[in-house]
Amino acid sequence: MDIHGSVQLVHAGGLHARPAVALTKLAKTFRAKILIAASAEGPWIDAKSVVKVMGMKTPAHSTLFFHALGDDARAAIEAMTRLVEEDFSGAPE
Amino acid sequence: MNSRRVFGQPAAPGLAFGRIFDWENIEQYPDTVPDRPAVMPLPAAIEQAIEQLNLVRSHSKDADASAIMEFQIEFLSDPSLFEFLDDENLIAEQPVEVWCAAMDRQITDFSDSGDDYFLHRMSDLCDMRSRVLKILLGEKDKTVKLPADAIVVAEDIAPSRFLSIPWGPHQAIVLRNGSPSSHVAILARARALPMVVAVGPIPLMIGQPAIVNGHDGLVELTPDAERLDQFHRQRESAQAALTNAIELSKLPALTKKAEQVSVQINISDIREIDHLNHEFCDGIGLVRTELMFAHALPSETEQVAVYSHLLHWATGKPVVIRTLDVGGDKPFPGLSMVDEANPFLGTRGLRLSFKNIAVFKVQLRALMRAATHGDMRVMFPMVTHQSELSEVHALVDQCAAELTHESIAFKMPLLGAMIEVPALALAIKSSKYLQFASIGTNDLMQYFMAAARDNSNVSALANAMHPGFERLLKLIVDDANEIKLPVSVCGDLAAREDMLPLLLRVGLRSISVPPAVVPEIKQAIRRWPPP
Repeated sequence: MDIHGSVQLVHAGGLHARPAVALTKLAKTFRAKILIAASAEGPWIDAKSVVKVMGMKTPAHSTLFFHALGDDARAAIEAMTRLVEEDFSGAPE
Repeated sequence: MNSRRVFGQPAAPGLAFGRIFDWENIEQYPDTVPDRPAVMPLPAAIEQAIEQLNLVRSHSKDADASAIMEFQIEFLSDPSLFEFLDDENLIAEQPVEVWCAAMDRQITDFSDSGDDYFLHRMSDLCDMRSRVLKILLGEKDKTVKLPADAIVVAEDIAPSRFLSIPWGPHQAIVLRNGSPSSHVAILARARALPMVVAVGPIPLMIGQPAIVNGHDGLVELTPDAERLDQFHRQRESAQAALTNAIELSKLPALTKKAEQVSVQINISDIREIDHLNHEFCDGIGLVRTELMFAHALPSETEQVAVYSHLLHWATGKPVVIRTLDVGGDKPFPGLSMVDEANPFLGTRGLRLSFKNIAVFKVQLRALMRAATHGDMRVMFPMVTHQSELSEVHALVDQCAAELTHESIAFKMPLLGAMIEVPALALAIKSSKYLQFASIGTNDLMQYFMAAARDNSNVSALANAMHPGFERLLKLIVDDANEIKLPVSVCGDLAAREDMLPLLLRVGLRSISVPPAVVPEIKQAIRRWPPP
């Protein structure tokens, strides 16, 4: 399965340490390969790497794009977009 | 030795007197590549560093500290740190060089970003670099023993190092660099450890006596006996005042003329009331639902649970819940209008709710269902015309009919409005629909003064001391009193001790403020009117 999704980043500080950790930890719970980008054209980076996600330095109000490949890709995209929509509030501790 | 004053930025409030302790003696971030052999493989050193961090994390009690440790743990566990290597065998062949190169790449990337946030995170990266390096080279971690009255002076302090030290009540921190918004400043505030940052490149003498004032960002070196005397009195009275105010906040706030002023609290997050006793306030004067639901409105049933929780907590005291106040400076994905030229004068608050009737009705139904649990009052934001209020009443009646038909229990809450549009402020007396009102000072002021609150070029013009503004407030209160309409104020102005005399002078006897300022505001009410 090959699924795309996008969501607006509402977190006040942008994609910083705590949200980046929440995002990569959630991505790692899926078998699918999950890519993230700050633009529909990419560059696409590995959503399971906190080093790379922090390296994006995404400011608040950016739109985040997700692309997942694998049998649980749909569930992955749903969970990732929900996490961002809910402002990382439901992030696993 | 002459006394000397050094100014920095206040990062954590509090007062301390002690002796200068040089942090750099015990703590240094090596920024060079050490010319010593590794005593273990790099992956094993990283593994040990993660174990250490997990240990620090399990001992730390607050969420901020855990988040910092978790970030470092995730970072160290990330194999992409070594993706830059052409040859993975280098990890085994030159572990020290590879580790330094990997971290220096990240540190440079953060420092080149020019973004304040990433500059602050650099201390996390430097901390990870030296932690792993020490393990890799087999260096013992020196245990830090600070004197009880240490005024620690450092360039910057890594959050994990901060957390590994059992800070005492008479210590303080002075940073040459740093920023009030850094992680370590957050941690210092949480521990009530006075901290001053950004004092610049000052030479300091070890053991030199110093006073640190974390409120003003001031460090006084070698204070004389007289100043020291004054300091001790200051510290004692600050301590006593705080203890006293917290104790007294359980009692009602009476002015010197024995008039009671109702002091309620503003809530933006359901967790805010977790550790609060309802006895210390007269109810909840404002619940900001648009902030409480963090950008996604939950289902009707979930909303009922949240509102009921608030009413149970208040145990019969009034709870004023404001319907979604979206738009202006508070966008809400999927709801707010995009591309309005002037959002503050556009489709926001109730105006936006009318564009999303389905969403609005879910909230109204949830509020009416939860109202059976106590004294619920529902407040609408950005009301301008009486016709809008009559439309809201019709909608509430419609929800009531539906709930009755569905045999779902509910109660009619009192319905009121925010007074923030000047036109409504001047038309209170002719309103048939208002059952209570609450003045939103921030918006009322920006609309009345023609000065946008989000524009720093003009925000100074929005000064509450303008005689016209006082007159407007007086008019609102007098009109409301004449028709026996309960009126309160829930804006920022109410939380400011210096503005309290203005509010009391115009006749307001009900205010709603953030929970943290309740003790001091109640004390200020007790001192009013001035002699």
